[in-house]
Amino acid sequence: MCTSIIEIARAEGMAKRGDQWFPLSRSVVAYDHARHAPLGDVITLDFYNTDLDAGARAAIELTLETAKELRAALDRAIAAAEFEEAEVRGKGAVLSFVRAA
Amino acid sequence: MSFYRGMTCENVTIKGDKGTPITAYVARPSGPGPFPGVVLIHHLPGWSELYIETTRRFAHHGYLAICANLYEREGGGSDGNPDDVAAKVRAEGGIADSQMVGDTAAAVAWMRAQPDHNGKVGLIGSCSGGRHAFIYACQRKDIDACVEQWGGRVVMAKEELNPKTPVAPIDMTKDLGCPLLGLFGNDDRAPSPEQVNQHEAELKKHGKNYEFHRYDGAGHGFFYWHRPLYRPEQAMDGWDKIWAFYGKHLAK
Repeated sequence: MCTSIIEIARAEGMAKRGDQWFPLSRSVVAYDHARHAPLGDVITLDFYNTDLDAGARAAIELTLETAKELRAALDRAIAAAEFEEAEVRGKGAVLSFVRAA
Repeated sequence: MSFYRGMTCENVTIKGDKGTPITAYVARPSGPGPFPGVVLIHHLPGWSELYIETTRRFAHHGYLAICANLYEREGGGSDGNPDDVAAKVRAEGGIADSQMVGDTAAAVAWMRAQPDHNGKVGLIGSCSGGRHAFIYACQRKDIDACVEQWGGRVVMAKEELNPKTPVAPIDMTKDLGCPLLGLFGNDDRAPSPEQVNQHEAELKKHGKNYEFHRYDGAGHGFFYWHRPLYRPEQAMDGWDKIWAFYGKHLAK
């Protein structure tokens, strides 16, 4: 590879490949030459299962700008989800109660 | 012979690094030969259609050509989709330089064993393959000419070194054993023009036989006709440089 910009994270969930879903084990984020998008360098997202064949992969190529927008959207969704999770577990309720007191 | 030379193409199995069987695509010009040989080292996107077509292009120009699948181990054999296999290799930090040298040595040995080969072998690679071609030309003495196209990470910082790439290629320059042709785009960032300057300075320092051609208005991968990076004028001039270089060094 030419850029060496690559980040790897654990992934739990599933991804779609053709008509089939497969379990994930890994997410890979890179900044490298686009293979398919009609662009120069792109942020690539690859979602894999390392125990399956190389075709067990959901792949995305994004411009840097739209990757930033995706990151912001993820941040917003995760922040809202964490609040939701906290409420479901009662922590949010406790906090409101403490604040009210 | 008609202007457009015929050819036969097939996949062969060669004994790669540590004796592992790997697949290689071969294009053989029609006619009795003997033909000069070209060994292609594919780029990071893998054993792709671009490289298979380029292998045929060399045969069209009268070269016996072979391109080994350096990612065969990672992708379920030669049936694996090259794009998916390349993504897997990228996630694993690329292949080890030593494995690439072993696999390429097998392709060179295959070439030298062909009865219609003229005894001369040229090496060519682009992107990571350009880097690999330069490494091979520094480590082995069984090729006669090397073409490096925009090899990224020839210049590497110490913190970039790892068990797969333990030595920066630029530090191997003193061992370069054959003439080198380098083609680069001045808008490229990997390698950047500054890195190409360092690469060239090292070649000069060691008195190596090299020629570099650096193109304005071109970035990385300007030969790749299927990508927006393609620059026809610069690419065709680059091809002329390759034909002239190989014509000089691979004729017998």
